[in-house]
Amino acid sequence: MSILEISNLSLSFGGVKALQDVSFRVPENTITTIIGPNGAGKTSLFNCISGFYKPQQGNIRYQGQPLPGSIKPPRRAALGLARTFQNIALFRGMTVLDNIKLGAHVHMKSGLLSALAYFGPARREETAVRQEVEERIIDFLEIDHIRRQPVASLPYGLQKRVELARALAMKPQVLMLDEPVAGMNREEKEDMARFILDIREEWGITVLMVEHDMGMVMDISDHIAVLNFGQVITEGVPADVQNNPEVIKAYLGNSDIDSLRRKLNPEGEVA
Amino acid sequence: MRIGDAKQSYEADEAIWTSSTQKLWLGFFLLILMVFPFAVDSYLLYLGCLVGIAVISTTGLNILTGFTGLISLGQAGFMGVGAYTVAWLSINTGLPFPITLVLAGLMAAAVGILVGLPSLRVKGLYLAIATLAASVFLHFIFAEWEPVTGGMGGLSLEPAHLFGLTFQSDFMMYFIIVPLAVLMVLAARNVFRTRIGRAFIAIRDRDISAEILGINLLRYKLMSFALSSFYAGVAGGLFAYFYRVVTPESFPLSMSIFYLAAVIVGGMGNLLGGILGAAFMTLVPEALKLLTAALTPFYPNAPVFMSPMLEIIFGGLIVGFLIFEPHGLAEIWHRIRRFFRLWPFRN
Amino acid sequence: MDWLFFGEISLAGLAMGGLYALIALGFVIIYKATRVINFAIGEIMMFAAYLFLAFAGGMELSPWIALPLAVIGGSILGGVIEKTMIRPMLGESPISVVMVTIGIGSILVGLVEFIWTADPQLLPSFLPREPVFIGPLYLAPKIAYGFLIGSALLIIYLLYFRFSRGGVALRATASDQAAAYSMGINVRRVFNMAWVFGSLAASLAGVLVAATGGLSPQFGIIGLSVLVVVIVGGLDSILGALVAGVFIGWLETVAGAYLGGEYRMPATFLVLAVILVIRPYGLFGTHEIERV
Ligand SMILES: Nc1ncnc2c1ncn2[C@@H]1O[C@H](COP(=O)(O)OP(=O)(O)OP(=O)(O)O)[C@@H](O)[C@H]1O
Ligand SMILES: [Mg+2]
Repeated sequence: MSILEISNLSLSFGGVKALQDVSFRVPENTITTIIGPNGAGKTSLFNCISGFYKPQQGNIRYQGQPLPGSIKPPRRAALGLARTFQNIALFRGMTVLDNIKLGAHVHMKSGLLSALAYFGPARREETAVRQEVEERIIDFLEIDHIRRQPVASLPYGLQKRVELARALAMKPQVLMLDEPVAGMNREEKEDMARFILDIREEWGITVLMVEHDMGMVMDISDHIAVLNFGQVITEGVPADVQNNPEVIKAYLGNSDIDSLRRKLNPEGEVA
Repeated sequence: MRIGDAKQSYEADEAIWTSSTQKLWLGFFLLILMVFPFAVDSYLLYLGCLVGIAVISTTGLNILTGFTGLISLGQAGFMGVGAYTVAWLSINTGLPFPITLVLAGLMAAAVGILVGLPSLRVKGLYLAIATLAASVFLHFIFAEWEPVTGGMGGLSLEPAHLFGLTFQSDFMMYFIIVPLAVLMVLAARNVFRTRIGRAFIAIRDRDISAEILGINLLRYKLMSFALSSFYAGVAGGLFAYFYRVVTPESFPLSMSIFYLAAVIVGGMGNLLGGILGAAFMTLVPEALKLLTAALTPFYPNAPVFMSPMLEIIFGGLIVGFLIFEPHGLAEIWHRIRRFFRLWPFRN
Repeated sequence: MDWLFFGEISLAGLAMGGLYALIALGFVIIYKATRVINFAIGEIMMFAAYLFLAFAGGMELSPWIALPLAVIGGSILGGVIEKTMIRPMLGESPISVVMVTIGIGSILVGLVEFIWTADPQLLPSFLPREPVFIGPLYLAPKIAYGFLIGSALLIIYLLYFRFSRGGVALRATASDQAAAYSMGINVRRVFNMAWVFGSLAASLAGVLVAATGGLSPQFGIIGLSVLVVVIVGGLDSILGALVAGVFIGWLETVAGAYLGGEYRMPATFLVLAVILVIRPYGLFGTHEIERV
């Protein structure tokens, strides 16, 4: 059973064809990863799923229902499509705790009047969200020591973790992670990989990920789709994708080992 | 810090005034506000009322500009809507002031929503220009819709009244203005403890990401406009009761800029900053007046230079704070507090 | 309808619009290069006009010497403002930068009042006085010659930005700051030059407008009309500045003549509101692309 089905999606910006006739499925309760060289269209695909970009062609089905352009981003978030961003998009004017609580926005209801009085529904709801965020997310991601800090003061790796926390507060069905370990050190990467696996195992959330770190991708993915120049060139389990000559070619530009060597050493000075 | 798991402790942790010293200071401050009118002369009382009105309006603008990131050049126009609403209601219906003030706020909020509608399509400075257009139209309506607004002559109204009490003197008005200011600042503080305040800040910091995370931008931008202009409307209503005459020239564009300046000088996106900024910007001209009066015996020309000096100081404060202290008086205040917390151990 | 009257009013309006176009061009140059919306442009115009007053009236120089001196003074003012007050704001939010320009406007008003008092003043007249007729239509000479001088500068500007090295640097900076920088263009200098050139255009227009309508510290209000022009035309469009300048100048004059002075601003702001709704980035402006 696929929770997300992308069919024949095409998107272009002027002359740039970011996505061309892209089709693939995200099986439920898996970690599905999209890989591909820079500019292949991975982030654009996420943006189409989020509803921020409107594909010129094709359609997206989510939990068996179509997701037409008339369903705007906030509605999609409420339906359970959560994500993190390639260039960390935390709200700099808020603390870690408030950033995470913001993720719960779509599941809250209290209105302006009760907010002004901070009485009745608003107060109950805020307390409940606080409790849930503390006990389910902050403990799980081991960020209790920074909850009061403004996000801007945090190191990069922790910021990524807070972004994940915020996405989890959205109670997603599908969690989209755009390069979750980019720029992290080894230890941080391992932590993050562990979190992602736990999220799939224990929370039963389907993970759709974009990532360049092949080690991690091959380790934790159940299913991989490869995008190159806006097109899906292959998909399958890690072992198949790893050995697919098309993929090697996409990544290396040319499968010829000598030319790769030359690329790595453009001056020809072999050490 | 590890908090106990009981629900109560989260609730306590979410409270605004957590420590008992904080509560003590708050009580002390409220006490001062209480005895102030009994202790001072009529001039200071008058200033107290002016500051109170300015605090309400600045807090409103801070919600919109400081917290939601939507710059507005229409604040004076919204205050005008509130003032005319109060004037018209008190002339034509004789309703008591709590009702007229609420209606003034609601009227201004309705106009605010209308003015905010372009935010569906335009952002940033284009939106600021739309609010500028609104203030031009509002001024035009105030001046030309004679049957309702009294045209250029404006409207004069009776003092506020309630339960047979009339609030004619500044002393009486103080007891409407200042409690209302305290209440409205606290209400604003509450908003920023909830999802609505978080949504505002999220829109200011990164609107697109906020939308993808589930925040309906138009809805919250309009809500911010409505809330902000409600505050402006109430402030305008108080202005009407305070001066008891309302004319189109009571709410010039320069007043909108005055409030923006108060937000900036105080500290954008900081409620305490709004209060400090409102008080500071209201009191600077008064201080200058005092200085001029003191100088006149020695320099008979001094009064001539007061108005240009005021312009220069006003502009200089805006520029100076933006360049040298972008977080405004609130930041200076925090620095002073830090200093005294450590004093006398480090220095 | 009196067509002759309409024709004459329209002509005066179009001529006024030509000056608006010049000011708007100055505004757009600054915006394109530095992305700063200059709310102080009206006050810069005013300041230059007062300088003219000082040189021609106070120091009794020939107006034809006073005019270039005043314009140079206004340009220097623009350059100084950029260097001392705008540059430190590099990278700050547009809201803050706009507020800085508003503050600058206020300082300039104060300075002018300080030096020249708040009383309205008349500029010594220096333009030819014989009535100008275009066909059957009479045009006040001050407006006609003002228009001619303004247009001359406008044309020089257009040629300069099209063909000169400085113009190319400016356009390169406008289209991609980082790329321009990496190509070795001195971006800081371009910013400064944009303010100097922009203020120069505004200063000349300031003297010409003040020569027809008089001068007071409230003169800077004209900045609001310019703001309408550039929003209607599109903040980053030179063509837009020209077209909208002429149109708004015409509309303002016609509305003033037929409906009364109190209708001038509402009429132009109505056009602005409509444009904001149907074409949020102005008639010729470009829509900025947003990414996550
Ligand atoms: N808003 C936009 N306007 C114009 N072009 C765009 C826009 N968004 C993406 N593109 C273009 O679409 C193509 C795909 O970009 P995208 O960001 O999706 O790549 P990516 O696979 O995420 O790359 P990376 O690994 O570097 O993040 C690129 O050529 C990019 O320049
Ligand atoms: Mg990407």
